[in-house]
Amino acid sequence: MAKVNAVGLEKNEYRGAPTTLCAGCGHNSISNQIIQAAYDLSLIPEDVIKFSGIGCSSKSPTYFLGRSFGFNSLHGRMPSVATGALFGDARLKAVAVSGDGDSTNIGIGQFKHILRRNAPMVYIIENNGVYGLTKGQFSATAEQGLTLKYQGANPYMPVDVIMEALVSQATFVARSFAGDATQVRELIKAALSHDGLAILDIISPCVTFNNADDARHSYGWAKEHQDPLHDFSFVPFEEEIEVEMVEGETRRVTMHDGSSIILKKLDEDYDPTNRKNAMDMIQQSYEEDVLMTGLIYINTEPDSLLDMHGLSQDEPLNRLGQEHLRPKKEAIDAVNAMMF
Amino acid sequence: MTVQAMTKEEAQSSGERIVNDFSMTVATMNGSGSQTSNLTLLRAMFKMGIPVSGKNLFPSNIQGLPTWYTIRASKDGYLARRETHEIIVAMNADTFGQDLESVVPGGAFYYGDHLKFEINRDDIAVYTFPAKKLAKDSGAPAALRDYVANMAYVGVLAHMIGIDMEQIKGALDFHFSGKEKPIALNMGVIEAAAEWAAENLEKQDPYYVEAMDGTEGKIMADGNTAAALGAIFGGVQFASWYPITPASSVAEALTINIGKYRDDLYEGGKTYAIIQSEDELAAIGMALGAGWAGLRSMTSTSGPGISLMTEFAGLAYYSETPVVIWDVQRVGPSTGLPTRTAQGDITQVAFLGHGDTHNIMLFPACAQECFEFGWKAFDIAERVQAPVFVMSDLDLGMNQWMTDPFEYPDVDMDRGKVVWEQDLENWEGRYGRYLDKDGDGIPYRTVPGNKHPKSAWFARGTGHDEYAAYTERGDDWEHNMERLIKKYDTARQYLPESDIFEKEGATIGIIAYGSTHPAIEEACDKLEEDDLKADYLRLRSYPFRDEVQEFIQKHDKVYVVEMNRDGQMHQLLSLAYPEMVNKLVSITKHDGLPLNARWTSEAIQAEEN
Repeated sequence: MAKVNAVGLEKNEYRGAPTTLCAGCGHNSISNQIIQAAYDLSLIPEDVIKFSGIGCSSKSPTYFLGRSFGFNSLHGRMPSVATGALFGDARLKAVAVSGDGDSTNIGIGQFKHILRRNAPMVYIIENNGVYGLTKGQFSATAEQGLTLKYQGANPYMPVDVIMEALVSQATFVARSFAGDATQVRELIKAALSHDGLAILDIISPCVTFNNADDARHSYGWAKEHQDPLHDFSFVPFEEEIEVEMVEGETRRVTMHDGSSIILKKLDEDYDPTNRKNAMDMIQQSYEEDVLMTGLIYINTEPDSLLDMHGLSQDEPLNRLGQEHLRPKKEAIDAVNAMMF
Repeated sequence: MTVQAMTKEEAQSSGERIVNDFSMTVATMNGSGSQTSNLTLLRAMFKMGIPVSGKNLFPSNIQGLPTWYTIRASKDGYLARRETHEIIVAMNADTFGQDLESVVPGGAFYYGDHLKFEINRDDIAVYTFPAKKLAKDSGAPAALRDYVANMAYVGVLAHMIGIDMEQIKGALDFHFSGKEKPIALNMGVIEAAAEWAAENLEKQDPYYVEAMDGTEGKIMADGNTAAALGAIFGGVQFASWYPITPASSVAEALTINIGKYRDDLYEGGKTYAIIQSEDELAAIGMALGAGWAGLRSMTSTSGPGISLMTEFAGLAYYSETPVVIWDVQRVGPSTGLPTRTAQGDITQVAFLGHGDTHNIMLFPACAQECFEFGWKAFDIAERVQAPVFVMSDLDLGMNQWMTDPFEYPDVDMDRGKVVWEQDLENWEGRYGRYLDKDGDGIPYRTVPGNKHPKSAWFARGTGHDEYAAYTERGDDWEHNMERLIKKYDTARQYLPESDIFEKEGATIGIIAYGSTHPAIEEACDKLEEDDLKADYLRLRSYPFRDEVQEFIQKHDKVYVVEMNRDGQMHQLLSLAYPEMVNKLVSITKHDGLPLNARWTSEAIQAEEN
């Protein structure tokens, strides 16, 4: 008999349709880690809601959590659709997948605004610096000087998803690399526990259009230059275990739902609760020419979008009936009296 | 019939009084605080029982450009803008000459004596009054003096045309929500001005008001507030919007009022959310997301916003997501005349979205109907699983309309074909989001949060089959698109029926819609006086219902009257009924002003002759 998780579901129940992305695409690895994280956390698939925009990355929600509702929306407009949809049933866990073109070219406006609203959602940007579905044009995260087959050299400066997220007051900001399955999976689990917007900028190489070893979004470069901030792990609330906390060696961040993030020091101790530090660290990564990964910033304090609107109750808004939505008959007299 | 104004001498000598039948315009500068004065005049006359309408002709500006407020009093109950100005109150130096010229012969011209101009007309009655001095003498703080100076014309007019002081006080009391200090301050100026007028001015024109019983059971309201209140009674759960004239006050009225009527209905928290989004793309995106998630959701905008919403409109149509969009139309194309009225988005909205997109439109014609469509639009959107556009306009949305009181919804909410866990338990076979189980083109819908393992589906704007799975097959695509047009046909039965006004022995037909209704009604009376009887069909929805076809069939000639250049509704009718195109005559006006009856009747007469 196949193995089941705490809610009695096999891992297969978390899969979606077979992928139609290229073999070796980083996005497939990320889909697999979403499946694994949901299975490990024993989420009920119907309790998850998926969103995406348009592009290769945005196709991927078809390939995981086939039993979850989802909306594959418009190019660059996923954040707005998600924002509205989150109000339907506040109990659902939201996972959104977007790409660098979808979020930092056409969609940078909506990307920035969903950050300042702190919508409770995992927002994964599968970042490969290139447009795949339209066959190999530069995205806004492409590094200056990157040369592509039909495009020549990119003359422009890149947008840094993490920096944009930090200046927009994002409350959970992490960077990872699709080739580091463990880190991706643990970050996804932690992000699912965050009561606010969690940005995961995951370098997810495009094996077809942008995978030269010196390209900043390639497997080769990322493997060579990945520099984790810490050894990252996530401990769900139910599995709370004694973690040996060593002063100066281990940090614990307690999440809204009681679960914990455990950060083990690698080279230097890094405090992800300090936004200024976070920006300095990103700046340092430019200077050292490394791919800095891990939990860059977290703040569990701010209200989420639903809190801001007084809507985090347990009875979903989309199940309320007429008795809760239509004022009583007498109210019409009050309305007319309010008019002149 | 329009009263032919007489000369000043005739008026004086005949002593004839023209009662409750004139148009009065106050010319001021934008931002000078005249709105309270104008509303006070309007409301006081309304409470005297005189049918009135108030229209603000304002510039796209915060302060300094000219603005005119016109009140029409009509004992016959005609509420359209009248093309003439019988009384003008000039308070703006910049437009003084033009205002003076606009008064009809025999009319009255009032102006503040701080405006030093030569009066070059002797065919009108001219009155000047010390607005500034009256304001100063009132003891108002210096900062408020310009503002209360506008109350001086209220007092002067009250005396000269006979507005009841008690009703003025009532209007102020309403405006200031009973706050004694501002009421006393403003009332002081008004009373002082009235006394000053009694002592210093001699009535030389024939225009008066007298109490009558023409407003019994009516209220005054603007369409945007009415729309918001209607939405509240429709159980709106989500609204997202981006500021734009003339639509902003829909969302603002929603924000201000929703808590008062809804917060006591549910103890678990709020039952709604309102978000001012970053732009119109996000506004409809959020509304669509909420609609998909099973909430009654809406957005409100005007033409430029509609343009931005195009791609999402197509997605809403194709993904079959209920959402209500209020389009409070203004003059376009482009930025156009942002503070002037039009019916210029009709064809755009009918087909908004690329590919074969067809949209549903509703056309409210008065504030009461804005309220009605405010709730009804949700029922239609959820029943048909489609975007529903409510086509209001600046005149209806922002001006004060005398209207029937708002009526409580006469039917329960219709949430359409939404299925939950229990329904899916009893569902035979595999659930398919786009399966046409009933043969009416409308499939069954599940929404996120449904816990049944059969319930989930992945919404997409890409090609999908009956089970919402991605497909690029041509036959799947055609099959789905054919069902969508069948659904659109089904939708007609859920749409509001046309209002038809018939006259015995009518020889022509008129089709119009929306805010032109008062002008069309009056034009029909004018035509009848000239022995041309017209039946009138007021469209209330699109796609057209059967009675529209029958109406055209019954007449040899049907005039389609509307406020745009290209005759957009005429185009839609021509598309719908190609065999009757020769009967349809397009009559259009697009000067940014609310339609008036005289122009309309003359335009139709010109075609007839």
